Amino acid sequence: MALLFYPEFEVIRNENRCIACRVCERQCANEVHSFDSQTGRMIADETKCVNCQRCVSLCPTRALKIVKSNCNFKENANWQDDTIKEIYKQANSGGVLLSSMGNPKPFPVYWDKILINASQVTNPSIDPLREPMETKVFLGKKPNHIERDKDGKLKFDLSPQLELSMPIMFSAMSYGSISYNAHKSLATAAEELGICYNTGEGGLHEDFYVYGKNTIVQVASGRFGVHEDYLKAGAAVEIKMGQGAKPGIGGHLPGAKIVADVSRTRMIPEGSDAISPAPHHDIYSIEDLRQLVYSLKEATEYKKPIIVKVAAVHNIAAIASGIARSGADIIAIDGFRGGTGAAPTRIRDNVGIPVELALAAVDKRLRDEGIRNNVSLVVGGSIRSASDVVKAIALGADACYIATAALLALGCHLCRTCQSGKCNWGIATQKPELVKRLNPEIGKKHLVNLMTAWRHEIKELMGGMGINSIEALKGNRLMLRGIGMTEKELEILGISHAGE
Amino acid sequence: MELNVTGLEFKDINEKLRQICVPVTLKGCLGQRFIASGMKDKNIVIEGVPGNALGAYLNGASITVKGNAQDAVGDTMNEGEIIVHGNIGDAAGYAMRGGKIYIKGNAGYRAGIHMKEYKNKIPLMIIGGSAGSFLGEYQAGGIIVVLGLNTDGRYVGNFPCTGMHGGKVFFRGEPPKSAFPKNIFLNPATEKDMECIKNQLAEYAEIFGYDKNLILNTPYTVATPDSKNPYKQMYVEN
Repeated sequence: MALLFYPEFEVIRNENRCIACRVCERQCANEVHSFDSQTGRMIADETKCVNCQRCVSLCPTRALKIVKSNCNFKENANWQDDTIKEIYKQANSGGVLLSSMGNPKPFPVYWDKILINASQVTNPSIDPLREPMETKVFLGKKPNHIERDKDGKLKFDLSPQLELSMPIMFSAMSYGSISYNAHKSLATAAEELGICYNTGEGGLHEDFYVYGKNTIVQVASGRFGVHEDYLKAGAAVEIKMGQGAKPGIGGHLPGAKIVADVSRTRMIPEGSDAISPAPHHDIYSIEDLRQLVYSLKEATEYKKPIIVKVAAVHNIAAIASGIARSGADIIAIDGFRGGTGAAPTRIRDNVGIPVELALAAVDKRLRDEGIRNNVSLVVGGSIRSASDVVKAIALGADACYIATAALLALGCHLCRTCQSGKCNWGIATQKPELVKRLNPEIGKKHLVNLMTAWRHEIKELMGGMGINSIEALKGNRLMLRGIGMTEKELEILGISHAGE
Repeated sequence: MELNVTGLEFKDINEKLRQICVPVTLKGCLGQRFIASGMKDKNIVIEGVPGNALGAYLNGASITVKGNAQDAVGDTMNEGEIIVHGNIGDAAGYAMRGGKIYIKGNAGYRAGIHMKEYKNKIPLMIIGGSAGSFLGEYQAGGIIVVLGLNTDGRYVGNFPCTGMHGGKVFFRGEPPKSAFPKNIFLNPATEKDMECIKNQLAEYAEIFGYDKNLILNTPYTVATPDSKNPYKQMYVEN
């Protein structure tokens, strides 16, 4: 006996508009729609619908609508609909609940409780359309003081730096979790924008080595696709210690997704599970981390900055302090709202902390300890807009990682079903007929548009504050005020309340 | 040529090694880490004890250690060979994808963890003595051989082959069945199994001066996983 429940979504078809062209049927990889030849009408199996809106978007007569079913269990503030359904799913299967994309629960979003300053009367604002405005940033270890040789000339032997035209990068998404065309869109857009994208832990496809100077190559516990040429191909190497969506656990890319091309890139056999163990089994301490950092520096002859990416967790300030002493050049902190191609629901929704608090705590700790210049800070885990970026930089970040926003620009409708591998938008899938739905030329254009728009907005926001470079905004918490927050929250964020 | 590395930092050693194109012997090595990281086309003999992460990301170089080696030897090695005339520390050959590591003596914990294979690259690790706990953990491919020479008979630590989902582990003789997880098959090695390692065992015996007959003429047991998708049934979509 299976425990059944009414489907989550209803397919509403306006029969007056439907011309039975069967576009919806062809477009739905979940096989929701079908044609009933006896009646000449389209019918729907709503149990399979994930509300990705593909059919809605492509229906030529706008005859379709997907709505959340109002057929719910008896109202109960404690045992809510989702909670009951999750129990049924587990009682039926014995399985661990698997979800994707970022934490959808109503936790506080601190970005939305922070307000940005603007100049009035004194310290005039700057018009970015008329005056030069610098959005370029360099990520990497910075010297604490100027050094001169005996002739008084400046010494320029800086640690390797990652140069970005604006303080945003595309965060790690592996080839395997997302498609070839999605990777191509990200790589080509990063090149045009003068920023970087990140391979994730699935290796670098042979076609994408040409974008190396705009690529961050990742080394995770599974070491997929990691070899000398890979390490040397990128502009920087990122050690993935953790991910905001699933701190403390590893990843399993199921064998079904290890198709020929993905297998070649990960350098593992087709059909074999790609298992990333939860920890790096050679890292049990900061000293061990230092060992991996330096083995990578040696392998890349000290030409690439090394990034250490961690999930934002409870003692993040102490952890970051350790990382800043490990020899790493950049620390990337991923907040608990960060996305994923698949993570256990309970982990995604309950583990980790918001990146806003983590960033503020880390930046303060590193400054207090006098080691802030040892590293650059990159934050991700749901950066949604240019104003989030500006707030992050004012809280102390050197740059931001975005991924969900980038996928949205590629057509993602956030149905949060990446784990199925049947992404109708051609993003989180390896099925050729679905992958080709994402045109990498158009994908690139959308990403470039989005970033260009954000760059303008960042300049406008900075100009309003009378600031003309990212460097002058960095860690400038006086430009921020909190609203509707407790004393403790303000203390951790290191900002005053609005009106103060 | 010879290079005295006493007192040199690892960075200096590797810088010198990158310039050297002839076979080289490093003398007086004392714990310097990361030697030959990511290198190919090198032939290096090390006298003394190299430090952790010897030959990490090795991509074709040949390294011989005339003594013991420490932790994380051959981390993510892609090609080449590392020959250790002594014992080896923990996590040897982590995620190695190709090439070979021959160890005359014992290996520490987690030898061959997450070893892989890919197309014609089938990495091989032969451990002469005993292997510590978690041997071949998460193994996804490749071959590990444990010979148990010069041991008191207990030559496999706890939890061997945990999470293994590919590749093979050979044991000379019969390891205790109870130590292995349920999803691991232990079978007597067949003639066909032995074909994969016969020549390499002969080469191994030759290098370390072991009795070839002693090594080759004993029955072996081979451990393989029951599935390359061990986590398939674990999840339900939500």
